[in-house]
Amino acid sequence: MKNKIIETDKKVERRSFLKKIAILALAPIAFGFLGATDKLKTVKKWMLENGYIPSNHKWGMGIDISKCIGCGRCAVACKNENNVPKEPFFFRTWVERYRIYENGDVQVDSPNGSMDGFDNSRTTNKKMLRSFFVPKICNHCDNPPCVQVCPVGATFKGEDGVVLVDSDYCVGCRYCIQACPYGARFLHPETHTAEKCTFCYHRIVQDKLPACVEVCPTQARVFGELNKKASPLVRFLRMNKIGILKPSLNTEPKVYYANLDMEVK
Amino acid sequence: MEEIVQHLTPILKEIWGYIFPNEIELHWGVLIVLYPYLTGLVAGAFILASLVKVFNVKELQPTYRLAMLTAMAFLIVAPLPLLAHLGHPEKAYEILITPNSASAMAMFGFVYAWYLMAVLCLEIWFEYRRDIILWSQKETGIKKWIHKIISLFSKDISEKAIHFDKKWVKIITIIGIPSAFLLHGYVGFIFGSIKANPWWSSVLMPIVFLFSAIVSGIAMVLILYMIITPVRGKQLDILCLDKLASYLFYVMIIDFSLEALDFVHRVYESEESIKILAYLVSNKLFISLVVIQLFMGMLIPLAMIALIKISKSPPDLKKMVYFISAILVQVGIFSTRWNIVIGGQLFSKSFRGLTVYKITFFGLEGFFASVIVFCLPFILLYIFTKILPPWEEARNP
Repeated sequence: MKNKIIETDKKVERRSFLKKIAILALAPIAFGFLGATDKLKTVKKWMLENGYIPSNHKWGMGIDISKCIGCGRCAVACKNENNVPKEPFFFRTWVERYRIYENGDVQVDSPNGSMDGFDNSRTTNKKMLRSFFVPKICNHCDNPPCVQVCPVGATFKGEDGVVLVDSDYCVGCRYCIQACPYGARFLHPETHTAEKCTFCYHRIVQDKLPACVEVCPTQARVFGELNKKASPLVRFLRMNKIGILKPSLNTEPKVYYANLDMEVK
Repeated sequence: MEEIVQHLTPILKEIWGYIFPNEIELHWGVLIVLYPYLTGLVAGAFILASLVKVFNVKELQPTYRLAMLTAMAFLIVAPLPLLAHLGHPEKAYEILITPNSASAMAMFGFVYAWYLMAVLCLEIWFEYRRDIILWSQKETGIKKWIHKIISLFSKDISEKAIHFDKKWVKIITIIGIPSAFLLHGYVGFIFGSIKANPWWSSVLMPIVFLFSAIVSGIAMVLILYMIITPVRGKQLDILCLDKLASYLFYVMIIDFSLEALDFVHRVYESEESIKILAYLVSNKLFISLVVIQLFMGMLIPLAMIALIKISKSPPDLKKMVYFISAILVQVGIFSTRWNIVIGGQLFSKSFRGLTVYKITFFGLEGFFASVIVFCLPFILLYIFTKILPPWEEARNP
């Protein structure tokens, strides 16, 4: 009898010991979770103070390739607006030039991300079949691979569909840069955190257009709501044949191209 | 800022074709090559050790404890290259406290902690417990206390207790095998699950990683055993060496078949990326993939071991061939990791161009830092063998 009591005592002891171990192991995760929710509340409060309710919006961009003249004003405006380093290795948006020759050769370039425009000099005598400019930007995928891989949840898709990076949380592992199929991300050389296009989030919460859209002289870029019938973007989607980049990867981009060429990847 | 610009500017001239402007900076350098290489050695050494305990391969007994300590030494160093390459190492703890459950990388801390604490530490403790207690009884001074602390002040060396230890070593090894598979298969998954990168994105990646890990682990234990034993003035156990070489040979055959399958599959499916990948392999990766990984690291050692097994060679020749093969295999597996990690970043995701990787010498992510990281496990192993001698004669009868 006595032995039995001691045995049950031991079992109870073991159980409470295991409980304590489990609590000890889970405590930091709980604290982390609380810290993260707390932060989320602060962000929401800031937005509401600005009169911006994310769940009321779903943002996207339309780009008409036939309208782009390759002036590169968008790339310049973006760098100025968002304090992107001026060196030619860091871009939130850039413009590519495609030159397709009669023999099927394709030549693509984007000198300094199109910041200085393009020069007309040609290095070949081949006859040109067609040529065009393609502005590139973060696609704000609805199924974003970068968000999936981020180990700490620093990059996330907001309720308004915009994919953002919280640089306070970013540890700089660069997994998101590897996971982005569009080369839209870079590591900021000073903050050492991941950077990308935010659709100029600080502007859109104040009902302004992103800088690249604002400066485009030919209105090749259209920014707007995806879920509101009256939005210029919905009109753009209604009036054009639309393509997206790398559809086979199922990233579901929210940047839509009109007159997209098969050579654009 | 200036440093990075100085590093990147000359690369602009060496780009072939068109790459996205953000791709000029290559993000995962030699440190990230070291990481899968080191964890591979851990998993491989552990699998080798488990052959003794679970599958009762008696011939390998002389290398059992050495293999366990090797796994431990490499496992402790494995997260260092990861930490050093982070933009914000001081925030690394976030991976543990606010992990993103969808991220493969976020699982690292948990897989690692499980493997270190639940598998390696426990198995080594149960395996050594009796010896540690007996050593501490004979010793004096600081060594006595180190052993007392490591034994967690346990004193019971009754037959029942030893039987309990043995039972648990076996149980932990059985749990340890899938855990070792998990540890390294998971590293493969980190690369294999990136759909944006056709060079990485392959369901075979975790399995290829795993078998190349076992290859490198066996080869590393073989090298260590062959160097340490003569240095200690002892005789090499030729039966043990034969067995090690046989296992090395079999696992290399599996590894080779898997890699061949991957290659054939890619060529046969011939997807959108095939042209740029073919160009990558035949140009930038020709030396490191075809010459070093395939010929030096795989075909030559396979042929050498096969020849020595078929012909009845004298033991000294055998030893030499085994040693050279194991060294070649080691170089080959490092090269495999290089080709995966660096190779996967040399081509543009526009599939229209290639960039170059320029290794820096100084700084946290430089050549010297990685040499130090590579040497650390050996220093650790030396310390471990001083505290927990893995040699047969150190065992208490």
